[in-house]
Amino acid sequence: MRSPRARRDADAMPVIEVTDLRKSYAGRPVVDGVSFIVEEGEIFGVLGPNGAGKTTTVECVEGLRVPDAGRVRVTGLDPVTEDEATRRVLGAQLQESELQARLTVREALELYAAFYPRPLDWRPLAERLGLTAKLTTRFAKLSGGQKQRLFIALALIGNPRIVVLDELTTGLDPRARRDTWELIEDIRANGVTVLLVTHFMEEAQRLCDRIAVIDKGRIAALDTPAGLIRRSAGATVISFTPSAPLDDRDLNALPALASIEHKDGRITLSGTDETVNAVITLLARCHITAHQLRVTDATLDDAFLDLTKEAAA
Amino acid sequence: MSTAVINSAVLKGEFRLLRREPGSLFWILLFPTLLLVILGSIPSFRDPDPSLDGLRVIDVYVPVTVLLGLIVGGIQAMPQTLTGYRERGILRRMSTTPVRPVALLSAQMLVYGAAALASALLALVVGRLAFDVRLPEQPFGYAVALLLTVLAALALGAVICALSPTTKVAGAIGSAVFFPAMFCAGVWMPVQTMPDVLARIVEYTPFGAASQALNQAAAGDWPGWGHLGVLVAWTVLLTAGAARWFRWE
Ligand SMILES: Nc1ncnc2c1ncn2[C@@H]1O[C@H](COP(=O)(O)OP(=O)(O)OP(=O)(O)O)[C@@H](O)[C@H]1O
Ligand SMILES: [Mg+2]
Repeated sequence: MRSPRARRDADAMPVIEVTDLRKSYAGRPVVDGVSFIVEEGEIFGVLGPNGAGKTTTVECVEGLRVPDAGRVRVTGLDPVTEDEATRRVLGAQLQESELQARLTVREALELYAAFYPRPLDWRPLAERLGLTAKLTTRFAKLSGGQKQRLFIALALIGNPRIVVLDELTTGLDPRARRDTWELIEDIRANGVTVLLVTHFMEEAQRLCDRIAVIDKGRIAALDTPAGLIRRSAGATVISFTPSAPLDDRDLNALPALASIEHKDGRITLSGTDETVNAVITLLARCHITAHQLRVTDATLDDAFLDLTKEAAA
Repeated sequence: MSTAVINSAVLKGEFRLLRREPGSLFWILLFPTLLLVILGSIPSFRDPDPSLDGLRVIDVYVPVTVLLGLIVGGIQAMPQTLTGYRERGILRRMSTTPVRPVALLSAQMLVYGAAALASALLALVVGRLAFDVRLPEQPFGYAVALLLTVLAALALGAVICALSPTTKVAGAIGSAVFFPAMFCAGVWMPVQTMPDVLARIVEYTPFGAASQALNQAAAGDWPGWGHLGVLVAWTVLLTAGAARWFRWE
């Protein structure tokens, strides 16, 4: 079995290599010079607002779309010209797809297993995805979340070296979501490389080793989840209810201050550790007591909103 | 293992799925024979007709019913299913696996082709047992003509699917082609009874040529090379068109 440590080998070639990828639709660039590398055994996240170009990017990796320019390599293979070989090592869950309406879950699993040279046993896979009770149900009769689980199973059934999951847990209930995360962690423990598109920050924070934030077809940031939070302007958040009013000018003069908010007499500031120290000093100097003082780290949510700020404006 | 155009797992699956489509099964397998039974229950259709060289109307209608199953399967049912597969991303999902989506196309053709042949067989058997219609006297020639017709019908279906962006359009084109195809096959007026000029024209259409070829083989002659040639030409032409225009997504 491949071990996650294998990726530290000096001569190991990256599993996924995307270099200056470009794709336009009707003359409008949708992916505009995206580059990243995914190492073996890594879970690599792709975040970004709707329409940022995430699906377009990962579907170029899957060989479903042909790039206008740039280079894509999957275990050294070109997914467009060497599609046969690519598809044997890569499993995909698409953001949108369907199966034949009258095909049952079991038939779908058996059918797709027959497509690969060394498939997994579909029974334990169905069990882990909570599909066992639905094996004889036809695709058209499945609920949205059950269809999603089936597509996750189909992405994994070929025992791939790489899985590309576009909105892995969209439509799943909280328990199924957590079970799916465990499943993904397990397959990664077996050395499988994962490229994961998601809108759930909790999912990205828990699963991903590194994350690329894509905005308007470009990479806005690429770092570990902790790194992204640290980089964002308001990495630390301090909130308190002062015993007496504070002068706004004093607050605004705080070092490395990223944002300031007053609500029902409570003040919430974001910035760095330096900001926190300065607040404490300020309060002491003015003899003001801070009730219910809380200092927390910003979440990936905050970092994401900060990194894709202009998009919302 | 997977470059093959035909994939046995996909073929098995599509065969199983067609068995779950009661509507398609009825129209392809039973409807043509049902029509034969209805026509055969009209007493005068069971009497020799001087305008048909002494044949009975029911004798002439067996080849027509044989063609009807082909027309329903190839022109109406298959393009709808296949266009639906494309529209709903089923072909696309399959393109992410080592099996090429062409396996689904070929499986559809084989499954609908087989259903159409089964329908033809049923019409022949019921015609023989219920109405004493003689089995084709030139069976080999009949089989050749039938096979070429199946190929032409499936190629026509593939072109319809290639030209249809949605299932709705496939249904509309299917119906638009359906009635002329039935006319040429002789559903309203067997080709032998058509006025000369009309018959000449109809013979150049796939189902008109098929109708003539089947009639000749039924009567014990080798089907005319001209008719078989027309069928082959249509198959080649339509296949080339389908290959050129077909889109996987
Ligand atoms: N086949 C296509 N034809 C034309 N435009 C397209 C096509 N596919 C994508 N686009 C456009 O490209 C842009 C990026 O689409 P993409 O699906 O990659 O976004 P995304 O980041 O995956 O968004 P979401 O989070 O909503 O899934 C969108 O503006 C979309 O309208
Ligand atoms: Mg998307």
